[in-house]
Amino acid sequence: MTLLLAAGAPTRLVHLAPIDIVIVVFYFVLVLAIGWYLKGRANTGEDFFMAGREMTAWVAGLSFLSANLGALELMGWAGSAYQYGILATHWYWIGAIPAMLFLALVMMPFYYISKTHSVPGYLRLRFGEPSRALSAISFAFMTVLMSGVNMFAMAKVMQIVLGWDINFSIWVSSLTVAIYVSLGGLRSAIFNEELQFFLIWAGALLIPILGLYEAGGWANLKVQIAQRTSEQYVHMWSGLGSFTGNPMGVHWTGMVFGLGVVAAMGYWTTDFLVVQRILAAKDIRSAEMAPIIGAGFKMLVPFIVVLPGLIGLAVLPETLVPESIATATGAHSYNDVLPLMLARYCGPGLLGLGVTALIAGFMSGMAGNVSAFTTVWTYDIYRPFVNSRGSDQHYVSMGRWTTIIGVLISVGTAYLVMEFASIMDYVQALFSFFIAPLFGTVVLGMLWKRATRAGGFWGLLCGTLSSIGMWTWVKLNPSALRYVALSPHAKGLAQDMYQALWSFLVCVIVTVVVSLATKPMHDDELTGLVYGLTEVPAVGNVPLYQKPLFWAAIVTVVFFALNIIFW
Amino acid sequence: MISIWFFIGVSLLVNGVLIMGAGIWDVLYPPENPVVLFSLHANLWWGLALTLSGIVYCVKFAPKRKT
Repeated sequence: MTLLLAAGAPTRLVHLAPIDIVIVVFYFVLVLAIGWYLKGRANTGEDFFMAGREMTAWVAGLSFLSANLGALELMGWAGSAYQYGILATHWYWIGAIPAMLFLALVMMPFYYISKTHSVPGYLRLRFGEPSRALSAISFAFMTVLMSGVNMFAMAKVMQIVLGWDINFSIWVSSLTVAIYVSLGGLRSAIFNEELQFFLIWAGALLIPILGLYEAGGWANLKVQIAQRTSEQYVHMWSGLGSFTGNPMGVHWTGMVFGLGVVAAMGYWTTDFLVVQRILAAKDIRSAEMAPIIGAGFKMLVPFIVVLPGLIGLAVLPETLVPESIATATGAHSYNDVLPLMLARYCGPGLLGLGVTALIAGFMSGMAGNVSAFTTVWTYDIYRPFVNSRGSDQHYVSMGRWTTIIGVLISVGTAYLVMEFASIMDYVQALFSFFIAPLFGTVVLGMLWKRATRAGGFWGLLCGTLSSIGMWTWVKLNPSALRYVALSPHAKGLAQDMYQALWSFLVCVIVTVVVSLATKPMHDDELTGLVYGLTEVPAVGNVPLYQKPLFWAAIVTVVFFALNIIFW
Repeated sequence: MISIWFFIGVSLLVNGVLIMGAGIWDVLYPPENPVVLFSLHANLWWGLALTLSGIVYCVKFAPKRKT
C-alpha cells in the first residue's frame, strides 16, 4: 500500500463519461439515505456500538470480510500479483482461511459468551486493567492514524486514476462517512460494508471474465505468463522449497508459520476492526457461522484481485515497473494494473461501477476504522478512565461525537502525511507491531488457565517491544533483514512474516515464564473466559447443514483442493 | 425495519439500468475508441444481469406493509 502513495504519474489513467459520474453520485446518495434511515435505530449503547447484536450470520460474515476488502487492498494486491505472480494468493488463502476457521470454532465462543464490547474488553476480563489499557490505547491511536493514512492514500489514488483534486476527495469522503456513522453507528457501517461487497463483485468480476476470454483460457494464460516471466509466476507452492526458487524470496516455513499461523491469526482473530462485526451477531450459531461464510467468500477474492494482475502480465502491451521507476520515468507502475485493466475492458457505465466499487471500498474501510475507534475509545478508555458513572445515553452521545472527532483527526493525519510522506511508513509499521503479540496474549488467555494477569501484561508488552526493536534494527541497518528473515535473499514481505513470528514467540515465552513465576488465578475468576472452565453453549438442535462444523469442514476441503490445483 | 438486502437490490437495479442503457447507446452509436472486446457488448449483458438480480432482491426483500 505504501507504494501507492509515491508521487504518481501526472496523467490520469481513466476518463469518466457523464453516465459514470451519475453512478458515482448515486452511490453517495444511497449511503447517506441509509445513514439517515438508521438514525432512529441507534438510540442505546447496544444499538450504536454493537448494532443491537441482531445481525444474521450472512450479514455479519460479509461485513467481516468486507472490512478487509478495501480499495487499497484490491489495487495493492493486484499490483503484487503482477510483481510476484500467483504467490499473492497466499495472503487470501493460507493467510486467511485457517485463521478465520480458528476464530469461528475456537475463539468466537469466548468472545461471545463474555459479552464483551471489544477485544480490549476481553483482555480486561482475563488479564486485568493494565493489559486492557495497553491494548485499547495502542489500538485507538493506531486505528485513527491508519484511517488518516488510508484517506490520503485513496485521495492520491483518485488523483492518479481520475485526476480528482486531493482536497475534494478527502473532504467529500470523510464528511460522508462522518455523517452516516454518527447517525447510525455500527449498524450503518455494517450496512454500507454489505453494499460495498456487492459493488466490488459487480464492478470487478468482469475483468477476469473478459481477461480470460482474451487470453484464451487459463492454460493459454499460463503459457503466456511463463513466456514473459517464468513458470514460477503461476505456481503457489512448488517454488517455496528455497528462498531463491520464487519471485518473492520467501521459504515455505515463513509462509506457513509466519503468515498462516501468526500474522493471519493475529489479524483475523484479534484485530477489533474485523472482530467487532462478528460480535454484532444475533446468537452463538450466527457468530460461529459468520467467519465461516467470510472464509468461503475470501477464497474467491483472488479471482477478482490476483487474476487481473496475472492477466495484466499476459495481455498488457507495456511492461509495468516499480513505483520508484514509474515516478522517475512516467511509466505505469505495478499498482496501476487494476485501473489499467478496468480501462481496458470497461466502457461507459461499467467504468463508473468499477470506480464506485473502489470508492465504496475506501469509504467502508474508513467507516470500519472509525466505528471500531469509537467503541474502543468510549468503552475501553473514556468509561473506565474518565467518566465511569455516565448514563447509557451519555455514552451514545459520546460515541456520536467521537465519530466526528475521529474523522477530523483522520483528516488532520491525512494532511500531515501530505506534508511529511515518511510519516506514513512509520504509522503503517506501528500498526503491525501490536497484532502478532496481541494474538499470543489472547490465545493463551483463552486456552491456558495458568496464564496470570502479570504474565499477560508483560508478554504483550515484551512482544510488542520486540517487534518494534526488529523493525528499527532493519530500518537502521537494512542488511539486518537477513537475520530477521533468515535469508540474504529475503524481501520486504518476508520481513513482515518473520517479524510477526518472532514477536509472537517472545510474547508467548514471556507470558509462560512470568505466569509460572506468579500466583495462579482462582478458577472462579476465569469462568466464562478460559477453556476447561467454560461451558460452551451448543449451537442448538439444528440439521447438519446448519452446523458451523459442517461448513467449516467443507471450506477446509475446498481450501486444500484449491492449493493443490494451483500447486 | 427495511432489510439491507433491499437496499442492495435498489443499488443493483439502478446501476444495472444505467449500465444497460449505456450499453444500448454504444450499440446504436459505437464509440470512436472502443474498449478491448467491445464486440462482446459487455456493458449490455452485464447491465441486464445486474438489473435482473436487483429486481429479484427488491421483490424478495421489499418492506412489508403494515395491515
